Amino acid sequence: MLEIKNLHASVDDKEILKGINLKVNAGEVHAIMGPNGSGKSTLAEVIAGQEEFEVGEGSILLEGEDLEELSPEERAHKGVFLSFQYPVEIPGVSVTNFMKTAINESRKAQGLEDMPANEMLKKIREKSEMLEIDRKFLSRSLNEGFSGGEKKRNEIFQMAMMEPKLAILDETDSGLDIDALRIVSNGVNKLRSKDNAIIVITHYQRLLEYIVPDFVHVLYNGKIVKSGTKELALELEEKGYDWLKEEAAV
Amino acid sequence: MAYTEEELKKELETKEYEYGFYTDIESDTFPKGLNEDIVVAISKKKEEPDWMTKWRLEAFRAWKQMEEPEWANVKYQKPDFQNISYYSAPNKKPKYDSLDEVDPELLDTFKKLGISVDEQKKLAGVAVDIVMDSVSVATTFKKTLAEKGIIFCSISEAIKEHPELVKKYLGTVVPQKDNFYAALNSAVFSDGSFCYIPKGVRCPMELSTYFRINQAGTGQFERTLVIAEEGSYVSYLEGCTAPMRDENQLHAAVVELIALDNAEIKYSTVQNWFPGNKEGKGGVYNFVTKRGLCEKHAKISWTQVETGSAVTWKYPSCILKGDYSIGEFYSIAVTNNFQQADTGTKMVHLGKNTKSTIISKGISAGQSQNSYRGLVQVNSRAENARNFSQCDSLLMGNRCGAHTFPYIEVKNKSAQIEHEATTSKIGEDQIFYCNQRGIDTEKAIALIVNGFSKEVLNKLPMEFAVEAQKLLEISLEGSVG
Ligand SMILES: Nc1ncnc2c1ncn2[C@@H]1O[C@H](COP(=O)(O)OP(=O)(O)O)[C@@H](O)[C@H]1O
Ligand SMILES: [Mg+2]
Repeated sequence: MLEIKNLHASVDDKEILKGINLKVNAGEVHAIMGPNGSGKSTLAEVIAGQEEFEVGEGSILLEGEDLEELSPEERAHKGVFLSFQYPVEIPGVSVTNFMKTAINESRKAQGLEDMPANEMLKKIREKSEMLEIDRKFLSRSLNEGFSGGEKKRNEIFQMAMMEPKLAILDETDSGLDIDALRIVSNGVNKLRSKDNAIIVITHYQRLLEYIVPDFVHVLYNGKIVKSGTKELALELEEKGYDWLKEEAAV
Repeated sequence: MAYTEEELKKELETKEYEYGFYTDIESDTFPKGLNEDIVVAISKKKEEPDWMTKWRLEAFRAWKQMEEPEWANVKYQKPDFQNISYYSAPNKKPKYDSLDEVDPELLDTFKKLGISVDEQKKLAGVAVDIVMDSVSVATTFKKTLAEKGIIFCSISEAIKEHPELVKKYLGTVVPQKDNFYAALNSAVFSDGSFCYIPKGVRCPMELSTYFRINQAGTGQFERTLVIAEEGSYVSYLEGCTAPMRDENQLHAAVVELIALDNAEIKYSTVQNWFPGNKEGKGGVYNFVTKRGLCEKHAKISWTQVETGSAVTWKYPSCILKGDYSIGEFYSIAVTNNFQQADTGTKMVHLGKNTKSTIISKGISAGQSQNSYRGLVQVNSRAENARNFSQCDSLLMGNRCGAHTFPYIEVKNKSAQIEHEATTSKIGEDQIFYCNQRGIDTEKAIALIVNGFSKEVLNKLPMEFAVEAQKLLEISLEGSVG
């Protein structure tokens, strides 16, 4: 599904990603953990095509296709989805209208007609029920005045609507209380299939109890310093990151 | 696709005016210049009664004594009033029974505008009085209206057919000497629309006029008069586009609305005149006087979407004369490239318990300057007057400007006046967020701008709102910073 080879990325001549290698197969869930500032969000945004970052060496392949020349929207059309750590507000644009636009733009790129209104409504109903989202919420302006938890739940609602091939969830758990975490995780689990892949970025092993990863990677100072299975997350929870920092320094 | 500030700015500048073509219809045009003979000739040409000719001459004499105003926050080369032709009418001007008889070139023009007459006919409930270069060439749905006693015709026709109404109301809200441009308009107006709704009648359809400037070098001086008798209701739509031209074209319209006791007038405008090219050359000068008078319990709403003109100077106003009358102003003004707009409103509270609402949304891109200028005036006898004003500005890039000049004059202590203002910028993070969801940058801007403008767009009648959204997209395609 996704193959990242020796990826380097920088902003204002400051190198943030310093040679990332990562392979994610269809059907897999990978977790990326690591201390603040290690480059997790940067990695997510570089995959999504954020041009603020200068990609130096290395490549990102999605189903074998190099993404380098593709715009963020083209990547989205190919099935890349990013649940943002900090979703932005768009005043006056309702969640429903935003989703309708997003879905129809992707369909247009694939040479399809707009989704018929009844189908759209059905989908909205189904997905909002799955995530226990109040219908009134959907007519509110996108992210405007949403609580931290509402923003994150809304991101996962969008993921459910867009049905991406590759979803990257950047700290989706932050801001969610325990009930919301359960609902959102259940939602994500329902979206798991053998045809898609999910990358979960988190600080806490708590989320990984709900969304159980196949692999766990530790990102530190722009590099993946350790990879393992879900037990690695438990170990990190217990020991913190310091022992890895020491290991990395060696 | 790139979306750094620099690249986006570049992209923005490549957007040319979409409706840059003009219709080649033979026309009957007066020599350039303005003097009493021309004023009389216009009146004669239109077979007007003597009182009308005199009225025009009074206005002309007043105009000669007046000076062009300087105070608006716009800079431009003043028009040479002797270098303008003051009358131009399409040659073939019989009234058509059927639209099939209309000049095919004209129909073609409408097609290019995406508002073909065919299409308009299909828009159920819309009667269209098309004003093409000053003389209306087609009027539809007249019969339905006539059954209700509604008069909807060109002002020239009204002067001939309903002189008592015109004589009674013309110039009562905007006097001939009101201001420089209003005086000029009063002297030389060539055509425009007239609308009369009898007592207690609710006009069953939106009344709509498409204005269009079409002859090189002819200024257009429209005169509109809308009278809503006691307890009546009308929604009036005015929309316009102009073909691309090198020289500046002057437009100085006057619109007068009269809402008698318990009447309501909704007046909506979509204005899309040629704004000039990316170097700031050409474009329409739009100096308009729009004013409405409210008697007791009457209500007037002005809703406008302005994307065009090189220079706009426009303040639709309400005189809240009657007790409990209501004035509203909802506006979206977009400026791009070198456009300059100085728009806003005046709410004059004279009666007791009068209420006004002002919602102004300014969107600036390129190197444009967008000013809101509003006056809320509360007279000493206007007990319990209330006003709420909200002025929001959205900026794209760092070279444009947004300015707000709210003036408040209150002479009665019981008045409640609230004013709110915000300025925001379209952020690259918003664009990236949309891009990530598969929405390209142009569409993202349209979405954000529509969201910003929503409170005003919602006030427009449905079919107009769609057109307005399209215009917002056209005028801002590719612009962000
Ligand atoms: N746009 C930017 N400009 C400058 N520095 C940045 C920018 N984005 C991220 N950084 C820096 O890159 C490093 C990694 O940030 P980030 O990817 O957000 O880390 P994480 O998500 O792991 O907490 C940090 O030191 C951060 O300050
Ligand atoms: Mg982060």
